[in-house]
Parts: sequence; C-alpha cells; structure tokens
Amino acid sequence: MYTLSINGKEHKVDVPDDMPLLWVLRDVLGMTGTKFGCGAGLCGACTVHLDGVAVRGCQTAVADVGKQKITTIEGIGDTEIGKKVQKAWLDLEVVQCGYCQSGQIMSATSLLAKNPNPTDADIDEAMQGNLCRCGTYVRIREGIKQAATA
Amino acid sequence: MNMINRTRREGYGLVDTKNLPAATRRQFLKGGGMLLAFSMLGGSKALAAFEYVGGIDPKEWDEHAGFHGFAPNGFIRIGKDNEIVLIMPSAEMGQGIYTGLSMLIAEELEVGLDQIQVVPAPPNNALYAQPILKSQTTGNSTSTRAFWTPLRQAGAAARTMLVNAAAKRWKVDPATLTVARGVVTNPANGKTLKYGDLVEAASKEALPQNVALKSKDQFKLIGTPAPRVDTPHKVNGKAIYGIDVRVPGMKVGTVLASPVPGGKLVSVDDTAARKVKGVVDVLKIGNAVAVVGEHFWAAKSAADQLKITWDDGANAGVTTQQMIDAIKNTPVDGAVNAVKKGDVAAAAKTAAKTIEAAYTLPNLAHATLEPINTTIQVQKDGVDVWVGTQVPVNAQQAVAGALKLKPEQVRIHNQLIGGGYGRRLTVESIVQAALFAAQVKYPVKLIWTREEDIQHDNYRPIYYDRISAALDAEGMPVAFTDHVGGGSVLNTFIPTGLPKGALDSDAVGAVTALSYAIPNQLVDWVRVDPPINIGFWRGVGETHNSFVVESFMDELAAAAGKDPVEYRLALLKDDPRATAVIKLAADKAGWSEKLPAGSGRGISYHHAFDSPLAVIVEVSVDEQGEIKLKKIVAAVDIGVAVNPNTVKAQLEGGIIFGLSAALYNNITFDKGRVMQNNFDDYQQIRINEIPPVETYIIEGADHPGGLGESGTVSAAPALGNAIFAATGIRLRELPYDKSQLAKARAAG
Repeated sequence: MYTLSINGKEHKVDVPDDMPLLWVLRDVLGMTGTKFGCGAGLCGACTVHLDGVAVRGCQTAVADVGKQKITTIEGIGDTEIGKKVQKAWLDLEVVQCGYCQSGQIMSATSLLAKNPNPTDADIDEAMQGNLCRCGTYVRIREGIKQAATA
Repeated sequence: MNMINRTRREGYGLVDTKNLPAATRRQFLKGGGMLLAFSMLGGSKALAAFEYVGGIDPKEWDEHAGFHGFAPNGFIRIGKDNEIVLIMPSAEMGQGIYTGLSMLIAEELEVGLDQIQVVPAPPNNALYAQPILKSQTTGNSTSTRAFWTPLRQAGAAARTMLVNAAAKRWKVDPATLTVARGVVTNPANGKTLKYGDLVEAASKEALPQNVALKSKDQFKLIGTPAPRVDTPHKVNGKAIYGIDVRVPGMKVGTVLASPVPGGKLVSVDDTAARKVKGVVDVLKIGNAVAVVGEHFWAAKSAADQLKITWDDGANAGVTTQQMIDAIKNTPVDGAVNAVKKGDVAAAAKTAAKTIEAAYTLPNLAHATLEPINTTIQVQKDGVDVWVGTQVPVNAQQAVAGALKLKPEQVRIHNQLIGGGYGRRLTVESIVQAALFAAQVKYPVKLIWTREEDIQHDNYRPIYYDRISAALDAEGMPVAFTDHVGGGSVLNTFIPTGLPKGALDSDAVGAVTALSYAIPNQLVDWVRVDPPINIGFWRGVGETHNSFVVESFMDELAAAAGKDPVEYRLALLKDDPRATAVIKLAADKAGWSEKLPAGSGRGISYHHAFDSPLAVIVEVSVDEQGEIKLKKIVAAVDIGVAVNPNTVKAQLEGGIIFGLSAALYNNITFDKGRVMQNNFDDYQQIRINEIPPVETYIIEGADHPGGLGESGTVSAAPALGNAIFAATGIRLRELPYDKSQLAKARAAG
C-alpha cells in the first residue's frame, strides 16, 4: 500500500512496487490526463512533476515516489506558472490533436520554474524529450516565451 | 484517392426531420462545458472517464429520457433551456475540424462559438456521409470542402425556421426581424425571443427548401481566427481520447499479434503469465493473443511472460529489398495507363536532351502518439465500442460482420483522436478487439504497446518510380514520362479488391493532373502489391508523387541551367493561382538573396486538394552530412480561409510531419518482421531541429480548399531540393541518407 500525494490530495493505492506511476494515475486513480505514448521514456507524453521536477511517469516506479509531491496535468493549472502556460497554449492555439500536450505543458512548466526567461537553446534542451507528431513545435516555443513574459 | 462509396447519395440536400436518430440526450447537457466524449452512449451504462472519475452518480443518468427540443437536421439540436449542441460528422484528430465545421453552422445559425457544445456523430451514412467521399469518412483533406455548403445550409435552414416561428408568434413579417447570438429581435418594438423559447414552434415549421446563404462580405465568424472549441480541455487533462474511456467494470488488456503478416498462432504457454498479480484472462484468436488484467501494467507484465509459438506462414522470408526488387524487376510494358497526352516517343526524338531518374520511397508507419486502442463491451443485445475512428460506419459494419450481428446492434461511440494521419481509416484493430471481447462478459479496453503499434501498422507502401523527360533547346520539357511502381492502397479498401488492369487513382495521385504545361505526357502504373498490410498515409498519393515530380522538376531546371523558381513559373505562366503562391513564397523566403557555401534553398509546388501550395525550405549541410533546417516559408491559396489560424497550424504541422519522415522514417522488414520498435529506432523530428516557419495565405477562390495533408506533400521535395542547392547532391531515395552527403562533402 502506497500513499501518494497528488495535486495536493492524498491517495492510497495497493499496487505492485514496479508499477509505473503512469498506470497508477491512469488505471487505478482514473486520472487520464497523463498519457501513454511509448512506455520507454522516449516521447514525454507521460510527463508529471515530482516536487516540481519533470519526470517520465512511464519510467517512475510507484515504489520510488516516496514522499515526493506529484503534480499532474489535472493539477498544474493551480500553480501560477502552470496557469500562465495553459493560457499561452490557448492564446496561441498551440494544440492540434493534443495527445502530447499534457506532457509538453508539464515539461514547459518545470522549465519555467527553474528558468523564468529561457532562451531558444534552453527551450530546445528542456523540451526535446517531448515528441509532437502533429508538429506544434513552433507554437510550443512561442507559448513558453509568452508564458515567461506574462 | 477515392474512398469506397458504401452509401451513395447524389448531391447533399437538407435532411428530412423524420430521419433523425434519437441523438443528443439531455443528460449530456447537465454538466455544461464541452461534451466531446459523451455522445450517443446508446443502451450501455458506460460513462466516459471524466464523468466517471468526477463522481457523478451513474444513477443520475436516465437512460431512457430522449432529447426534446428542436432538431431540424442531423447537425443541430437546440434545447428549451437554450443549449445548442452541434453534431460533428467529421472526426477531430487535431486538424481543428470541430471548430471549422461549427463555424460554418454557427455563421448561418447566428450563434457564437461560445454558445455551442459539440458531440461526435454516430455512424449514419444517411445523415452524415459527406458529398466528396460519399461516405462518413474523415480523410483526403475533404471535410471543409465537403461540408462548406451543406453545413451553412443546415444553419440557415434552422435559423429560418426559428425566425419564422417568432414572426408567427408576433404576427409580423419574418423579413422585419433581426437575429444575433441566438436571440430574435423585433426592431420595431425591441421585443426579443431566445432560440430556446422557440424550439417547439420552430419544430412545426416547414423545412425551407431554398435558403439564401450569406455572401463573403456578410460573414461575421467565417474568416476569423476564432478560438478552437476542442482545446480548452486539451490543456488541463480533461479531454477524453479513445484510450481514456473508462467503463464501469472494465478490464484493461494488451495484444500480441503475429509478428509476420499472415502468420497464425500455434500455441501459447501462459503458465508464468497467469501467475502475475492482477491478470484476469489470456485470450486467443487466430493470429493474436490478448492478456487482460485489472490494469494495463498487470496485462503488460504478464504479456512479457508469454511463450508464444507462431506459424509465420508464407511471408516468413519477406524483406524490404525483396519488395523493392519486385517492383524494379517488373517491366513497364504491362503498366496500367493513367495519362496519355500527345506522343512522348515522337517528342523525344526531336528533343535536345533527355533526362532520366528513378526514385525510391520507403514503407512508413503512422506512429500516432495515441497508440491503437479500443474499448468494447459485447452484450446479448449488441455491442458498444468506444474508439477514435475516421470511419465510424466502416467500424460498425466490420464489427457487425465479425460478430454476426446487424449493424444497428453495434454502437460506435467515436472519440477524440490522438493523431490520425490515415491510421484510423482502417478498422482491423477494432475487429481484433471485437473478437477478443466476444469471449468475455466484462467490458475491456485493449491497448497496443508502442512496439505493437509500429510493427502492426498498415504501412504507406514502398514505391519505385521511373521518370524521364525530353527537353527542347531552351531546356524546357516537351515530353514527360512517369512509370509509377508500387502496390494499391485502394485495393485494401474495396471489399472485392481492385481488379487487375484497373487504375488505382491514389497510386498516381497528383501526376494525373500535372500543373505544368508539358505538351506530351505519359503516366502509367506498374502494379506490384506487396505481401504486407498497406494503407493511406498523410498526403496519400500526392505525398508520394509530388516528391518524385518536384524533385525531378528541380533536376530538369538544373539540366537547363535555370533557376528552379523561374523554371517552374515559366511552365505555370497560364496558372495565376500557382504563380501567385510561388512568387509570394519566393519573396518571403528571400529566394534571390545569396547564401553561404554549404547552404541552400529548395522549392516545391503542387496543387492538390484544391489548394495551390508553394513551400521553400532553407538548409545548411555540414561536413558530417548533418542537415540543419534554417527556415521554412509556405504560401497557400486556400480559396476561402474558414479559420486562418487553423490554416496556418495545419501548414506548420503538415510540413513538420513530412520533414520528420523525409529525415528519419523508414520501416524495414527482415524475415517477414518489422525491424523497428519504438521512437528510438523509428525516430521523429524534435523541437531542437525546428527552424522558424512562416506561413502566408491567399484567398483566391470562392470556396475553401483542403489543407490537412498539403504541407506534408511539400516537405520532402522542398527539403531534397534545398539539399541539392546546398551540396550539389541529388538524393533520390527517402529518407535522405546523410552518409551520402558526408561523403560528397568530404570529396569537396
């Protein structure tokens, strides 16, 4: 039995130790905003925060979470930066199919928390783990810059 | 490409109100906000995930309460409480079609996009077949073109009925009334009635047969960059895609199908798998095994423990090289003719120069970021299927066929799609899910792993095209010959197959309607169907053929010693729309400005899906052959831009999708198996590789063109032509081989 702190709420889950956080969120807790894309840490669709740091939910075993506070796309709008990122995403119409965008927003928010004024190179480095098959990259970059100055 | 015509409807008039499904239910209107995933739950007790998770008591759902309100056609529902639901005949897979189609209706219905909610249409060709593909299909960049007139008519007819009802109540001439944002006003006395107040009376009004539509200068919504209706829930985790659907009592499974196409399951040793905690079932069908668990992790962990014996069957030895050679070794004598204009042989005899080339294109997977998935419940009275599909009617018919049911017993609940690109034009994964689900009593969600998804796609076929041209003394082409070689995708969509000797219009897409003025043309198709599963891929035949034609046009310009832009403009001088987009793109890209050594610009032009498009890519190539994208400029004549922001987004994304393929994508077969697994060896372009992308719109017609695929069509040839400009190396095979560039750069 694990007690997880997710978006400020405690959840008790009885799951195998090696179960990735991604599947605990999606299949046990019904929080489906965090997406499955590759299962191998290659696409970033499952990005969540542990104590504010972006990690891949598919590569994070539930046993390794410990007391770290989990933030998911469902809760990111409650943070100041997350709210700005969401607004920039809508203002600029970043989203197409949207399937990768939970992960993009989580990575972007984590970047801006560490680095409030990222350069293009900073954005490339922080965001290159997040694939977008629709090709929304140009607007993701603009969105991060807008959120940074909002 | 022509999709299969399953229910032919000539023309597209207004819909008979007697022919309406009991569609929208009042319950969907309770929660407010977007209702994307909740439509048409049929007889099932299922709930979409965020309702389920959000704690709404399922008892609140009154299954039997139907919709009572104004339903003038298949697309519009207005409740007494003034709520407006628009029913979307096309699938939303990122292209923004829910917004675009809503704008067409709302413009004439006189409501704001902030006043509407949208739901996906149930499968119903009679109501929702679109007039270009003649079926309820989302594909081939047709949705906006197809629904441009019918949806505005639907909105105008509904508005007319509501206004007529108000006029009767007030005993005035309807022509004296005004209407805006769902409110009818009598300017003479300032009285108003909301649409919700008029639904009963409007329902009794006759359906108007001829409604006048607004002219372009009267549009209030069309032509504006209106905010998309589907995106607010896509930035906060609330949007429900097929993979997110949760049904009470549902189990979750994953599938392992024969690694070789056509292979069969011999036996499964599931002893270890069944010991994994949380495993519910191990299910078998003829060519696949599904492991079902309490959650995906249990299913996946158990699937990893299976020991499966396959019979690889006849395709056990298939390799990519074999498939290429099969086309190369098939003589062109027996090719199916597609274009015969003038006499290419006679023209070649008097020509100053003849140029020949062969181009090779690889198998491509779609690799949509949302892996293939289906949620399904088979019950005595029928089947509920929750899935994102571009072809809901095909899905319904296929599941009914597989389970020996009537189509109306199969309820397809279409969902938001996390990337389509043609992948969800096929339904074999849905049929597979049905065959597994028929063996159990519980609802089950089957999710393919990324590896399963990449290795069991319907791949864009390999093509090997032999192309040649005869040039006159000025270097201009007088004869053009293209022997297209490859398999028939259309064949896989026709129940009885494409007959031998028949032409697959997709295989020769784009070359049959060459924009360039060349007096003598011969185009034919050498049909060699591969032993693997093939399917439509973004840009369809145009992506394949425009790569060949536009790369070759550059070869001709080079042979003639002419500038690629000037060369094209000379051949398009009687085509004002083409000339305009090419000149605009060249101007914005700074085409005439010199670049340093190792850098170059390439152009490609095509006119497909009714939208002339020019794209210019600028690259640099370093000593190691690494290609760096520097700038991309696109200019399109979209005819009418329903939503210019969406037009730009589709161009940006379409080009990047095509560049990803041109730089990286290559599915290869060995021993009948796909050699790629995941995004490490089926690589995609990432944000650090993306240069600035500029897009420009011209509105040069009185109707919208299609655009979902256009950018992808342009990408590879524009990039290849830029590489040629930068290095002098002409690469005729996709994806572009950087090692060849490195060699050439080293040789100086």
